Amino acid sequence: MTDVLPRTAPGRLILLERIPPAVWVLGALLLAMPAFASNFVLYQIFGWSFILGMIALSLMVLAGYGGMVSLSQLTVGASAGYVVAILGTSGVTQISLGWPWWLHIPIAILIATLFGTLIGALAVRTEGIYTIMITLAIAAAFFYFTRQNYVIFNGYTGFNNVIPPKWFDIDWRQSVPFYYLTLACATLSYFAVVWMSRTPFGLALQGVRDNPRRMSALGFSVTAHRIFAYTFASVIAAVGGILLVWQNAQVVPGTAGIPQVIDILVIAVVGGLRRPIGPFIGALIYAILSVFSSDILHAIGMSGERFKLVVGLGFLAIVAFSPDGVLGLWDKYQERRDANRDPLTGGGRRP
Amino acid sequence: MSTLQNFSSRHPIGTLVVLVLVIGFVWLIIAPWPPGLEHALGRKRIFLNAILSGTTLGALYFLVASGFTLVFGLMRNVNLAHGSLYLLGGYIGYGVVDATGYWLLAFPVVFIVVGALGLLLQHQVFRRMEGQELRQTLVTIGISIVLADLMLWYWGGQSYQVLSPPWLSGPMTLPFISAIRSNGEAIYLSYPQVRIAILFAAIVIGIAMWLVLNRSRLGMLIRAGVDDRDILAASGVHIQYVFLAVFGFGAGLAGIAGIIGGTFQSLSPGEDTRFLLASLVVVIVGGMGSIPGAALGALIIGLAEQIGLVYAPTYSVVFTFLIMAVVLAFRPQGLLGARR
Repeated sequence: MTDVLPRTAPGRLILLERIPPAVWVLGALLLAMPAFASNFVLYQIFGWSFILGMIALSLMVLAGYGGMVSLSQLTVGASAGYVVAILGTSGVTQISLGWPWWLHIPIAILIATLFGTLIGALAVRTEGIYTIMITLAIAAAFFYFTRQNYVIFNGYTGFNNVIPPKWFDIDWRQSVPFYYLTLACATLSYFAVVWMSRTPFGLALQGVRDNPRRMSALGFSVTAHRIFAYTFASVIAAVGGILLVWQNAQVVPGTAGIPQVIDILVIAVVGGLRRPIGPFIGALIYAILSVFSSDILHAIGMSGERFKLVVGLGFLAIVAFSPDGVLGLWDKYQERRDANRDPLTGGGRRP
Repeated sequence: MSTLQNFSSRHPIGTLVVLVLVIGFVWLIIAPWPPGLEHALGRKRIFLNAILSGTTLGALYFLVASGFTLVFGLMRNVNLAHGSLYLLGGYIGYGVVDATGYWLLAFPVVFIVVGALGLLLQHQVFRRMEGQELRQTLVTIGISIVLADLMLWYWGGQSYQVLSPPWLSGPMTLPFISAIRSNGEAIYLSYPQVRIAILFAAIVIGIAMWLVLNRSRLGMLIRAGVDDRDILAASGVHIQYVFLAVFGFGAGLAGIAGIIGGTFQSLSPGEDTRFLLASLVVVIVGGMGSIPGAALGALIIGLAEQIGLVYAPTYSVVFTFLIMAVVLAFRPQGLLGARR
């Protein structure tokens, strides 16, 4: 065994060295963003796309690693938002209980996770496209229920003035603090997903995705792995949902309406369902498009209301030409570049 | 018939319970209610109206969902643009009725136009991604987004109602006693004629579909394709033509349902997702790919929605989804679905 490459000491150092320079540049850029970006860009574009990216990321975990496309992840997020509004403070004082943040936020995440797990337990009884339909139906049920229930969910009007608590005397709804808050949550959930995909559980989950019968024969519980994937994804969706509610300062049934639920799927698919970075790319594209679409549409002589048309056509184009989303396009580009490269010298182009 | 006999011999107690329930239900509808029952459940007229609205709504749901379930059963294609086809059919039907004044003319026109759109979709889009179910589903989502926005662009956000023809407007008297006057005279229930006509039409269409599926050569091909489309293709059938026929028919049926829905309800943006969800729930409850299942599911969901609306207005939608959750938990393939 002496001819094996020597393992250079501390593994952590190697890990740091293995991170490609592009990631360092991206990290530095994101951290330094408030120095040159306007408040609007920080809050409305980046803050929003981190949040949408987190919720789409929870869909990516289920779809990419588990092979289960669940449309109810935004619903899980919205349920966390509702619990925050009900247990914490909001403009609807006759319902909100006004508990302190260290109590209502963990409870909100816990309840949303339980809710997501329950959805998962129901959804894993079906497979493939059935899962899409069932989770879509659950999302619709939640939407209609919150719209009609006035005792707990305050019906059509929902809750307004749901704002983040003042940690360290900072107003977290200001652009720069909110940008860092969402960036931190998004980064954490991104690395949590990367870490999860390499744990024995994550590997087993990917095995279940590829061949459930074989995994079951090897002694893994297929159902338990799938349900736990829902639990894991629901935590991320819950955090994203709370941030979303804080950003809008309100939670209404339309927060998780059918079009919004579909938008999360669009974001995840456009970005790419293969890797955890995909949903964030998709969310950034979506946020930029939705903020600037009216300007772009006016520029080419159309009415600014046709945003959905642009999104729909773009989504169709992506699904038709690159099922793996924007990341798939990038992979194709790299493959083509590698194919042109000389296999011996590693550089230059073959004639 | 043999399946019924099998069921009754295998589950004698279950058969008895079902029989008692059915007889009790028929009694509730036909007999005048004693005062104690009226006190507990409210006026009989309200109950009868809820049952009838539920049944007619179920008829509408059946028309929308049967095309959906047929397409799914044969091609494994979850057409999430089905609701958009429904709404498009309704809008076109409104246009035809508005321009010509002939209500019946709208049906063939819409069937042909929306059916042709279905043929186009199947031939140009879905055929290229055969076997990639998830991708097909995603494409239908994209199509529904685009269609919804195009329709919003052309027809705007206001709601439309298709005018029913004079010979169908107004109420008709049904042979159900709704109450008895103090002088012993029976009051019979009156109900909008157009809804009864729609219920009748849905039953006729349902029976016709059953006949085509079970008694014709095309139906034989479709049933064979549902069971195993690879073997069917291998035995020399041009399966693409069968696919085209089924998809065109399903789309046309959704369009026709749009006219009907526009006649006794209304057409506005958002109705497409409403009816898509209704068809989803109906086929999940009834069983994927089964026409009798779609009929049963549509009846259950329509009744649950309307009865819920009368007796527990806050939670009527929840009943629907509760039924779906219970069916999923105990019979994931649906009430009449085959386990695959």
